[in-house]
Amino acid sequence: MKKNKIGLDRTDFIIRGVTYAIGSIGALACVIPFLLILASSFSSEDAIRRTGFTIWPADFSTYSYSLILRTPKQLVGAYIVTILLTLIGTAVGLFIVAMTGYALQRADFPFRNAIMFFIYFSSLFSAGLVPFYIVMTQAYHLRDSYLAILIPLLMNPWLIVLMKNFAKSVPHEITESGKIDGAGDFAIFTRLIVPMLTPALATIGLFIAIGYWNEWYYSSLFLTSNVEYRPLQYQLYRVINQIAALRNTVAGSVVTITNIPAETLKMATAVLATGPIILFYPFVQKYFVAGVTVGAVKG
Amino acid sequence: MEARAKIAWHVKKAAKYKTLLLMCLPAIIFFIFMSYVPLPGMWVAFLRFDYNKGLFKSPFVGWKNFEFLFTSGQMWLLLRNTILYNVAFILVGNVVQMALSILLSEVASDRFRKTAQSIMFLPYFISAVLVSLLVYNLINYDYGFISNLVRGSGGEMAKLYSMPKAWPVIIVLVNLWQTTGYGCIVYFAAIMGIDPSIMEAARVDGANGLQRIRRITIPMLKPTFVILLLFAVGGILKGNFGLFYNLVGNNSSLFSTTDIIETYVYRSMLNSFNFSQGSAVGLFQSVVGFGVVMACNSLVKRIEPDYALF
Repeated sequence: MKKNKIGLDRTDFIIRGVTYAIGSIGALACVIPFLLILASSFSSEDAIRRTGFTIWPADFSTYSYSLILRTPKQLVGAYIVTILLTLIGTAVGLFIVAMTGYALQRADFPFRNAIMFFIYFSSLFSAGLVPFYIVMTQAYHLRDSYLAILIPLLMNPWLIVLMKNFAKSVPHEITESGKIDGAGDFAIFTRLIVPMLTPALATIGLFIAIGYWNEWYYSSLFLTSNVEYRPLQYQLYRVINQIAALRNTVAGSVVTITNIPAETLKMATAVLATGPIILFYPFVQKYFVAGVTVGAVKG
Repeated sequence: MEARAKIAWHVKKAAKYKTLLLMCLPAIIFFIFMSYVPLPGMWVAFLRFDYNKGLFKSPFVGWKNFEFLFTSGQMWLLLRNTILYNVAFILVGNVVQMALSILLSEVASDRFRKTAQSIMFLPYFISAVLVSLLVYNLINYDYGFISNLVRGSGGEMAKLYSMPKAWPVIIVLVNLWQTTGYGCIVYFAAIMGIDPSIMEAARVDGANGLQRIRRITIPMLKPTFVILLLFAVGGILKGNFGLFYNLVGNNSSLFSTTDIIETYVYRSMLNSFNFSQGSAVGLFQSVVGFGVVMACNSLVKRIEPDYALF
């Protein structure tokens, strides 16, 4: 062996080359679909009929946006519903998850295993969609109520396990010192533990928030056409799937049904509904990474 | 006497820890109302359920709903699709994620790795509704980006939205697209956990990149891989409703290769109002799925007790 210096040999360079190539292709594959939507939303319907969806607009047109914004009531309503659901749901959900996660990791808490099992069991054995639907509509009477969306998305067992794992990283001595000072368990939690766990709380809060922002499922189950304002993603779902919803989006405008720019309207709605996530993502992605790293295996 | 002493002990404990108990109470109430109250509703599977008559007045039909599902072949189709898709997701997903995270860990530039990782993680946060639109943009016959590329290079584009055979490939690719970033982070965390002195020692001994990957990284990742695999197998009867429903929707010409348990239950309930049929499928899924999870969990317990669910 001549090589006594720790250097790079040929295979190292090949591996690096391959990695840079594959990594770049992977990243491109994740970006291009978004570009297609963005570019198409700024194209005219004619250009799309001519050239198809492209990653750069064939011509520049804001017609679909102006069409949506001409009667903005539906869109503004959807934004308000989504923002309110996200804010309220995240605040309430995060508070409950944090509190529960802290209590359940306290080694001196005798009921922690029983309670954890009670919570976790719900994800191992569930009644399924049909009984859930019947209970939600016939027992809780939540059809057409925003509560039918707000409540189910508040928390899930995975988030509580994640919080438990985060809380374990706080030394037990902190809790002990609080006790010596005569603080109750709740005061220990709010005054000592919460300030130490802000990154963890950010992570969990963001996971809850993204659940609300992306919500379309419970809306599709429980919100009938009687409800005027729908969460953004459900609104998008309807625009994609129903020409009738398209007609409502541009209701009152001079456009007749045959020349609705169906394709560009879909794309513009998608941009308006999802844009905020994409804009926020670069600033918050490190919290998501932290969450996956800590809570992944028991997902 | 014994029992009473035990109860007394519990009551005393509960009094002592009442604050912690109260802190858990909202979550407990949540899971009671959202997950436990619906459980008796599984009885619907044994009724000819009439939504207006409700759970108590609908006629009882015994195992009829199940008999129909199995003799008509519907159940077998759903099981086959659900299981095969999950097997493909697990195999393709884990292999790609592991390979990619190993490669990225070998790269010198931290900046490249982090950038690539966070870009590839982005699709995980996109709603299934938008995913369906992205796919439509790519493969729609008339205007799709890929369709145009194919035509531009002189090829003939297939009408994919009426081609059931194409969808297993499409759905596996879309799922891969959406979950690769997530999986890479999991595996990358495991790679970071490998003692760097082992790597250094191997380098000093003259092991090249490929040898280090084969002899150190992959063997060290095996426990993580096995655990993830077992948990994934535990959920083999559970399908990603949002993905399938948004991609395929009510396009019945594709159902033979794309209908999974979740989409069937949803449609039979909301489109054909056949609550009992849907519930029977759901009951089967819950019971058998629970058995599979328990089996996997006991395997995990044997391999790596720390990771077992309970």
